[in-house]
Amino acid sequence: MIPASFDYKRASSAAEAVSLLAELGEDAKLLAGGHSLLPLMKLRLASPAVLIDIGRVRDLSYIREDGADIAIGALTRHRDLETSGVVAQHLPLLARAASQVGDPQVRHRGTIGGSISHGDPASDLPAVALALGATFGILGPNGTRTVPATEFFTGFLETALAPDEMLTEIRVPKATGAGWSFQKFNRRAQDWAIVGVAAVHNGRTGIALVNMGSTPLRATAVEQALASGASAADAAQHAADGLEPPADLNASPEFRVHLAQVLVRRALEEAGA
Amino acid sequence: MTVNGTRQEHDVEPRLLLVHYLREVVGLTGTNVGCDTSSCGACTIHLDGESVKSCTVLAVQADGAELTTIEGLAHDGQLHPMQEAFRQNHALQCGYCTPGMVMAAVGLLNEHPDPTEAEVREGLEGNLCRCTGYHNIVKAILAAARQPAAASASRGDA
Repeated sequence: MIPASFDYKRASSAAEAVSLLAELGEDAKLLAGGHSLLPLMKLRLASPAVLIDIGRVRDLSYIREDGADIAIGALTRHRDLETSGVVAQHLPLLARAASQVGDPQVRHRGTIGGSISHGDPASDLPAVALALGATFGILGPNGTRTVPATEFFTGFLETALAPDEMLTEIRVPKATGAGWSFQKFNRRAQDWAIVGVAAVHNGRTGIALVNMGSTPLRATAVEQALASGASAADAAQHAADGLEPPADLNASPEFRVHLAQVLVRRALEEAGA
Repeated sequence: MTVNGTRQEHDVEPRLLLVHYLREVVGLTGTNVGCDTSSCGACTIHLDGESVKSCTVLAVQADGAELTTIEGLAHDGQLHPMQEAFRQNHALQCGYCTPGMVMAAVGLLNEHPDPTEAEVREGLEGNLCRCTGYHNIVKAILAAARQPAAASASRGDA
């Protein structure tokens, strides 16, 4: 399978990428690791007229402690998250989830910013960002703005990013010593989750779901039940309240509801919530 | 870019995939196209020392990089220790997945020089063998891990 023809530009900085986006309009797409975009282009489900390669913007690949937060550059690869001592210490949930993305070859190329910008409800890292209460730094023609993860995922593969904006940083409050769990149910090791659950218990409990709707989702009904004093087992029964999980080759909506309830219970128990 | 230590310079279409570049432009056909959807790992090569699936990388993304393909492992008629371990342990049946398996295995030992059997199995999650010959592949990698230099794919020290 060969992608449709496109023009190729290479940006050497985030500012240059954003100015190219402004100049080239909606037909241009940013290319980071390419492990979400290129498969879509090979299937001709996406055919951007121009790719702006940001893969060489090395100053957007970093993991830093910054006060109460960990700041992660958008071009940080899954492999770097998986092996970072800082992430292991302060955000072990993120380290574990990153180690479960795809397979080693995919993790050598794919980036956290690419995964989040793509906004696939079946991807692991958007749910982890929701559970951990991350905020996203976004660069556009008028400078930077920040958007909380809870307001970022707006529809199926749609996000709060405007066509001329670029995600530059993922900022995550440290969850050092917090209880956590990442549950990923799939049939083959390298596959997307049929259903996944990310949970962190750090005073408050944050829970998010993978592949249970058209966007990555917070399990708000579970969080509310816990806040009202429900046990983990009782709260987990609310895992799919108000949700319309998808049907596909792997699972019916009913099976996904069942999986979500079981996996949320396991996640809450493991996280000590 | 450099492929197996030899400098390569070509003008290519932006949409040319790296695996097609290697096979059709450079003429190195050891790297196979399997599923073409970044699942099977038959197209695994090393890009700047790390295993990647060359069906999901554009040739232009590898501009300036150092690549190693299966053809770059043996030296002076001597198989790379990983290739020798595959041979000794009968770690192939039809052989189609083998170039990708060997490249993934060398990459795995780069990152985990002394892996457990479980780590080898997890490290191969991106490579499918449809003969289901995993058992001997795992055996071969564990055998290779006991050999010095099995993790090295760079020229001259294999």
